[in-house]
Amino acid sequence: MKLKEYLEIIEGKLLTKENDLDIEISGGYVSDLLSDVMGSAREGQVWITIMRHLNVIAVASLTNISAITFSKGYLPESTVIAKADQEEIILISSKLNTFEIAGILYKHLS
Amino acid sequence: MAEYWFYREGYEEQAREHFKTLPDPAIKLEFSIGERDFVNAGNASSQIKMALKRLGVDSAILRRIAIAAYEAEINETAHARGGDITGNIYPEYVLIRFYDKGPGIDDIEQSMIPGFSTADDQVREMGFGAGLGLPNIKKNVDVLHIDSVTGGRTLVEIIVYFS
Repeated sequence: MKLKEYLEIIEGKLLTKENDLDIEISGGYVSDLLSDVMGSAREGQVWITIMRHLNVIAVASLTNISAITFSKGYLPESTVIAKADQEEIILISSKLNTFEIAGILYKHLS
Repeated sequence: MAEYWFYREGYEEQAREHFKTLPDPAIKLEFSIGERDFVNAGNASSQIKMALKRLGVDSAILRRIAIAAYEAEINETAHARGGDITGNIYPEYVLIRFYDKGPGIDDIEQSMIPGFSTADDQVREMGFGAGLGLPNIKKNVDVLHIDSVTGGRTLVEIIVYFS
């Protein structure tokens, strides 16, 4: 599935600059523990979390995760968005909760 | 005083050779990190990753180096009073040294058990402190050396080979 399509089905709002929304996503990873994400998330997955501080961007960048979704309408501070733009990581915010986002994505992929 | 060594199968001989001869690195990158500096945490790992990327290191290996380095960098700022980070790049491997300012690890074997954590609430609120740091480091490196003095400084050294 293309990221563009994912953005639509989860009613997501793009927070970072107009980026490459044609990238393929193969799945998702749900976790708010950064070490768990580093240990288990795979390239090509979108990361769904309620964590929204600067270290989230570092974790995504170091582990090659290209898109992060903040659930429950959470919005990061502008410094976090700026850092994501710099690292070319796509940030999305959705009003849906983590369970709903993961469920929608899972259903569409299978 | 406690010391811990881990060698991935097949790497012990080359690693011992390194620690015996202590060759000069081709590139040396030095950083320091302060206590609880969660804003700058990750910069050293990121710069070491970028340097290795420019040298053409395979992306899967790069990812392993980045994860291990980041975990160790976070440990220095979250669990110690900050410290120094040195990235030594050799033609066939990278050795990263994390030398913190204490207060040391009481029981290294215990800290290697997934889920064991001494993190406080501030660290946990940042999404760390799951007790997966050292296990994640071990999982991603070819050599892990920890030398710690209770009440004193801890040295963590990791080696990852490029092939």
